[in-house]
Amino acid sequence: MADDPFVLGGASYASRLIMGTGGAPSLDVLERALVASGTELTTVAMRRVDASVHGSVLSVLERLGIRVLPNTAGCFTAGEAVLTARLAREALGTDLVKLEVIADERTLLPDPVELLDAAETLVDDGFTVLPYTNDDPVLARKLEDVGCAAIMPLGSPIGSGLGIRNPHNFQLIVEHARVPVILDAGAGTASDAALAMELGCAGVMLASAVTRAQEPVLMASAMRAGVEAGRLARRAGRIPRRHFAEASSPAEGMAVLDPERPAF
Amino acid sequence: MSSPPHTPRSSPVPDVLVVGGGIVGLVTAWRAAQRGLLTALVDPEPGGGAAQVAAGMLAAVTELHYGEETLLALNLASARRYPGFAAELTELTGHDLGYRRCGTLAVALDADDRAHLRELHALQQRSGLESEWLSGRECRRLEPMLAPGVRGGLRVDGDHQIDPRRLARALVAACGHAGVVFHRVWAERLAVGRGDRATGVVTADGTVLEAGQVVLAGGSLSGRLAGVPEAVLPPVRPVKGQVLRLTMPPTPGPLLNRTVRAVVRGNHVYLVPRESGELVVGATSEELGWDTTVTAGGVYELLRDAHELVPGITELPLTETRAGLRPGSPDNAPLLGPTTLDGLLLATGHYRNGVLLTPVTGDVMADVLTGGELPRQARPFSPRRFGAAAALSEQPA
Repeated sequence: MADDPFVLGGASYASRLIMGTGGAPSLDVLERALVASGTELTTVAMRRVDASVHGSVLSVLERLGIRVLPNTAGCFTAGEAVLTARLAREALGTDLVKLEVIADERTLLPDPVELLDAAETLVDDGFTVLPYTNDDPVLARKLEDVGCAAIMPLGSPIGSGLGIRNPHNFQLIVEHARVPVILDAGAGTASDAALAMELGCAGVMLASAVTRAQEPVLMASAMRAGVEAGRLARRAGRIPRRHFAEASSPAEGMAVLDPERPAF
Repeated sequence: MSSPPHTPRSSPVPDVLVVGGGIVGLVTAWRAAQRGLLTALVDPEPGGGAAQVAAGMLAAVTELHYGEETLLALNLASARRYPGFAAELTELTGHDLGYRRCGTLAVALDADDRAHLRELHALQQRSGLESEWLSGRECRRLEPMLAPGVRGGLRVDGDHQIDPRRLARALVAACGHAGVVFHRVWAERLAVGRGDRATGVVTADGTVLEAGQVVLAGGSLSGRLAGVPEAVLPPVRPVKGQVLRLTMPPTPGPLLNRTVRAVVRGNHVYLVPRESGELVVGATSEELGWDTTVTAGGVYELLRDAHELVPGITELPLTETRAGLRPGSPDNAPLLGPTTLDGLLLATGHYRNGVLLTPVTGDVMADVLTGGELPRQARPFSPRRFGAAAALSEQPA
């Protein structure tokens, strides 16, 4: 949407959907899904790729003109995450980093203490830091205070497809944030993406919902439409919720179509 | 090269030169020679490559993925050929291939993995494949060493196994019987002659090996042969897999009777028990270029997941750790047959299914080398399908 650009870390994007690449059944399907999603920014796990190999996922992104957002998936300490981010900057020549510091393998939830430490270090080091965080409004504020360029709260655990479990927290985070808030993790289907945008998120980040769908390319189109619909609805302003019905067609002055029966 | 290229005059120019002596190159050379073609093969170490690492699951059914129905047909066609193929190789060479019709049990360890396996079962049923859903208790009656936490599983009696190292050795011997000439050097560069036609290769020592037709069967290295025009270069990338080998004691009986596999919280793990007592545990899947180091994390994750599946494995000796490179193609399916460069054919990109697809690859390549055309079942796997890939990505979504 040209009249409503998505500005993130000083760059402007027409698409508000950030894609991940993990879990794709093949590079071919991944490529078609990325095209269908319309994404312009896609994360790649730096621990799992080698930037120098031809024909890898990075070649696909280059061919499609999609900007690479390196992430620190698989890191359990601030130290590992900082190291991985620096290696990514060296390999890809980008200051962007999606910062993930995971607490345990069972839930893959972020470790808030390590995350804040790593974010502080990387911001000081000149990175544009996009932290994957819990849906905690207080932690979100602290991440913003140390200079993160966006806040990326989870809707529910990575890969769970459980949607946004606490929409109220999302509203609180969005209301207070002066940087973009992006749903990260939990989207299972298009309505989850639309809900995030209706709640005021600036964008949606997802991977499994598309890559592990039965028809990834179709789901990518659905997610694109979901994000766009939710964004339009947010801008349009929804009607207030009411307890009782309010007729949309006025009853006054209606024509009497059957002369035998009185009109009410 | 400092010395000028020279052609040995001692032997006639062969009809076919196969570049790469992994199992795919070997089976191509063997079948071509059997059809009466004068065949040579160039590889510094025939019988090496990914077959030295692979577990050898012949898993057409349990490896089924969404969107891979075309590949399924080829996988099934190859699985059907295996009994005859193995018997022929054994009779010819005297090598036991470790072909074992033991079946496979795919199990789930928690509710999420169970739901995933249920979906796979439904897909198998829709595809007309034979598999049977078992409760956790039924799984453990079949395989008592499975962890008590098993929540259910799929019994697939048609997914067998072979020992890929034995297969590679037997194929080298079979090639010898059939008169295939081995050049034990690296092929450095494709030779392209007048009229844009592949005419052979130049080896590392500067020798020109000429041939009527050249088959590039270089596994994960297939995209790296110099001299291949950019438009013809196969889009094959290395996908690293780390694999462990443990040894089961001969007594008091087998730890496992069949291949057992599972998705443990999203990670794939399998245990393949051989009659020799070897237990193969694999495999990681990593896009790390040409790196073949074994890492602490790779071994840890495989053992962690295998231990969760079969707790008793921790008592076994860990005898080998190794990493190999799968030749991954963009759609996970092989590239078989002629390219747009005259005289150059491909047999590569077999990815996870190289061992399974060996019999059908040999037959298909022999057909196309003798008759000039791919048989019908192999046409979806023509390398030319990637010619349009660039155009496809430019279509509006």
